[in-house]
Amino acid sequence: MDDRSSFEPKRAEAGRDKGGEPNASAAIVVKIVAPLLVGLIFLGGWEALVRLDHVPSYIVPGPLVIAHTLISDWQTLSGSLWITLENTGIAFAAAAIGGLALAILLAQSRLIELSLFPYAVILQVTPIVAIAPLIIIWVRDTQIALLICAWIVAFFPVVSNTTLGLHSADHNLLNLFQLYGASRRQVLWLLRLPSAMPYFLGGLRISGGLALIGAVVAEFVAGTAGSESGLAYRILESGYRLNIPRMFAALVMVSLAGVLIFLVLTLVQYLVLRRWHESAVRREN
Amino acid sequence: MPLEVLTDQAAPIVRLTDVSKIYSNGVVALRGLSFSVGAREFVTLLGPSGCGKSTVLRLIAGLGSMSAGHIEWPQGKRVSRFGKPRHDIGFVFQEPTLMPWAPLFDNVHLPLRIAGESRKAARARVEEVIELVGLGGFERAYPRELSGGMKMRVSIARALVTDPSILLLDEPFAALDEITRSKLNNDLLGLWAKRKLSVVFVTHSVFESVYLSERVLVMSKRPGRIAEEIRIPSSFKRDEAFRTSGEYNAFCRATSAALHRAMEG
Repeated sequence: MDDRSSFEPKRAEAGRDKGGEPNASAAIVVKIVAPLLVGLIFLGGWEALVRLDHVPSYIVPGPLVIAHTLISDWQTLSGSLWITLENTGIAFAAAAIGGLALAILLAQSRLIELSLFPYAVILQVTPIVAIAPLIIIWVRDTQIALLICAWIVAFFPVVSNTTLGLHSADHNLLNLFQLYGASRRQVLWLLRLPSAMPYFLGGLRISGGLALIGAVVAEFVAGTAGSESGLAYRILESGYRLNIPRMFAALVMVSLAGVLIFLVLTLVQYLVLRRWHESAVRREN
Repeated sequence: MPLEVLTDQAAPIVRLTDVSKIYSNGVVALRGLSFSVGAREFVTLLGPSGCGKSTVLRLIAGLGSMSAGHIEWPQGKRVSRFGKPRHDIGFVFQEPTLMPWAPLFDNVHLPLRIAGESRKAARARVEEVIELVGLGGFERAYPRELSGGMKMRVSIARALVTDPSILLLDEPFAALDEITRSKLNNDLLGLWAKRKLSVVFVTHSVFESVYLSERVLVMSKRPGRIAEEIRIPSSFKRDEAFRTSGEYNAFCRATSAALHRAMEG
């Protein structure tokens, strides 16, 4: 068969991902080393400035002091980190499931979409800092109030991306499904949802970071009134006590948590899409 | 055998009578189009792009509605064991139209899956058509791992999996290179003979239409109707010798002339 021959080498190529090519490994080195170098220069400069100018650590602590605080206060900080991550995780899960469900609902009819979507937009564009106090007053349980705030921030990217994805199923495939008399449910499960998958995962990647931001902002607003131990509360508390190194340490943890969430979701996206979607497949040329 | 020819003509598988199609934007795609397709006949619709060839196929397949006219199935649509008469039609689009997230097997299985037949129950049948189009062993491959010609084969296998009595192809090989295209043309002729199908093949290539079909229907420019009909007796065996023969050239010249008349008239 003529066209088989063009197939075989493609497979073989996919196998030699890492091997051999000096250019590829050089690119990886640059990708890791270059930003690392920038980071080290920045931290080194910071440390040098703080030491040379004798800046007291209650105004600007040096990176070494912050690192030291991170280790010495690990007990308290990790507890807070855990609580913030838990809130983020729950809000994120609710945003993912709720966002997907809402997107499916919106895709059912143009009328539903037109009547509901504006309100999703309104929820999204209203600054969470402005509504958080209201939610905290209205909802007795502070943790639930925090979750609601984080959810409001996180769900929109999932809804808007997934809605777009559900609408972007290939028209010829839709015709094909119609030709074979597929039911609405079959079109949804076999065609629209798989088509929306890359969009949904893209939405998740944005919403993961937003869930963390939402949780932290809500903790800030709730302040001492409620949840005593999230990372945001640690930041506030350290500020009041002029324990600036700990404040920085907590800040570092929030950032690292955000990076971690992003990386995990990127990995999930890659694992789900690597066999078929252009975004996850290596270009072979 | 004259008797068989007679019955074929007596009972076409599908008959279009005075079909018109006006799109919602006011474009008149077809006006007063009539033709019929005999059982086991290979018919080509030939015409310039934009003359409504694809529209004709879509109407036959029941996708979209016509503005006037009838489409009849004098023999009735054979209701296969999948329960729905529409499964008696196989459709191959211009693009392979595969689900990129599904491996080859699942793509071919799709029509049966929609009809409620599980992967397990459908296995033998799906594997049979995959084998038939020459892709045995590639069941686990994803569409993006296949070449353009192979994707088109998958698309044909999918159209055949419900064992239809008529196959509709909408310029299926237009995007392929010449070598792959002529190979697929030969394979399609083989399938047609083996599966005892009726075929309606849409193309804008004079050579392809003459090589493949027993009857070339030349369509006019928009609004489309059948302008001329050219019969190519099936006594000519379709192979490389036919491609280089004088008769083939004569048919091509006649068809080409008909196409020019149709575009001007």
